[in-house]
Amino acid sequence: MREIESKIIEDAVAEKLVKINIDLDSSMCASLQKSLENEQSPLGRELLNQLLENSKVAREERVPICQDTGIVVVFAKIGDRIRLKGKTLEEAINAGVSRGYTEGYLRKSMVADPIFQRKNTGDNTPAVIHTEIIPGEKLIIEVAAKGGGSENMSRLKMLKPADGPQGIVDFVCEVVEKAGPNPCPPLVIGVGVGGTMEKAALLSKKALFLPPDAQNPEPQMAAFEQEIMEAVNNLGVGPLGMGGRITALGVNLLTYPCHIASLPVAVNLNCHASRHGYIEL
Amino acid sequence: MLELKTPLCSADLEKLKAGDRVFLSGIIYTARDAAHRRLVQAIEEGKPLPFDLQGSVIFYVGPTPAPPGKPIGSAGPTTSGRMDTYTPLLLEKGVKAIIGKGKRSGTVREALSKFKGVYFVATGGAGALLSQRIKAAEVIAYEDLGPEAVHRLEVENFPLFVSNDMHGNDVFQQGTEKYRIPQRR
Repeated sequence: MREIESKIIEDAVAEKLVKINIDLDSSMCASLQKSLENEQSPLGRELLNQLLENSKVAREERVPICQDTGIVVVFAKIGDRIRLKGKTLEEAINAGVSRGYTEGYLRKSMVADPIFQRKNTGDNTPAVIHTEIIPGEKLIIEVAAKGGGSENMSRLKMLKPADGPQGIVDFVCEVVEKAGPNPCPPLVIGVGVGGTMEKAALLSKKALFLPPDAQNPEPQMAAFEQEIMEAVNNLGVGPLGMGGRITALGVNLLTYPCHIASLPVAVNLNCHASRHGYIEL
Repeated sequence: MLELKTPLCSADLEKLKAGDRVFLSGIIYTARDAAHRRLVQAIEEGKPLPFDLQGSVIFYVGPTPAPPGKPIGSAGPTTSGRMDTYTPLLLEKGVKAIIGKGKRSGTVREALSKFKGVYFVATGGAGALLSQRIKAAEVIAYEDLGPEAVHRLEVENFPLFVSNDMHGNDVFQQGTEKYRIPQRR
């Protein structure tokens, strides 16, 4: 049995959340840089250059990339030979969120009661936490600061099996087209297919934790990711929705077996400020 | 590149066309979802407003807290569509321009024509870059709303695009149509 002090989790979460909000991930910077080569719209190129300049200013001035420093989403993998000392995992993560967002001058965007009072919780807690037990003694915590603008434009649909792959392409395109400028394209698009309603949604969120240029390990799936990406980029939405070739920087597809009657499809959009971090303790 | 100074008047805005770039300087006010609800409620109840709406500019933003030594943190636009229901009344009461991101409803576009206002967009997700053009910031109302409080901002050459002019043009529609490739089947 390995014992982990909850304070270590708290510290790591706080530090990582500040870092991902200020230092745009190198895979995102590289992806934005590469998209400049393919963007035909002069205005689109100018906007992509502004986004690169923005990431540089954020890094140098130590201010967040975007004022929406997000809702914190966590995927934690907990080794079955680990015992926590001190707080529970959930308490430790939320203590890290509270400290990171307060001491790091990040925006507090969470309201306690979503329906009536909508009162700000004041420290950006609670996080949305998903856990999974894995064999061994490792504790892996993946964190995201997920912007509200792109989350609001995400959708899920229970397709018919007869809709097939084209139905999936069409649905992703419908989501991206309807979203237009709102989710701050160029986007990273997480597509979850299969399982049940909630499983598809969870897969689409997990897919956003992969680098924008990640490829599904199965060749047929990887080719399908490309097909979706091409269809999306043909929509003409472009950087910030003002027209152009680059609407998506990447499409990440995750799948799960499903019922003979079902074809659940979830599309989770992420803005160009895709902020994710990996912690291994 | 056009330069504008607040307060704005209809004559300043009449010549603007969707797609134009504008540098805005002067005083602008922040308001987003919850502040809009309060502003509109105050107007309906005939109560005093936190700032003079005549010729004013509203920026849809909830900035991050100012780190030591800076007037403000990251400060880029939020999605404007959420404020669509409140906007026509504010334009009617004298607001001349709005800064946000994303499309507006048909009702807002009509109100822009009717009350001779303009809708600008700033680059979404470029909050660090935009914050460099904000020289001073002060909370003037609804402090309990945290990031949604109304701030008075002093901006210098704040970089904007005209999204919807008062003549009915829309930059998003124009841009998307130009670069769309019909889907192959």
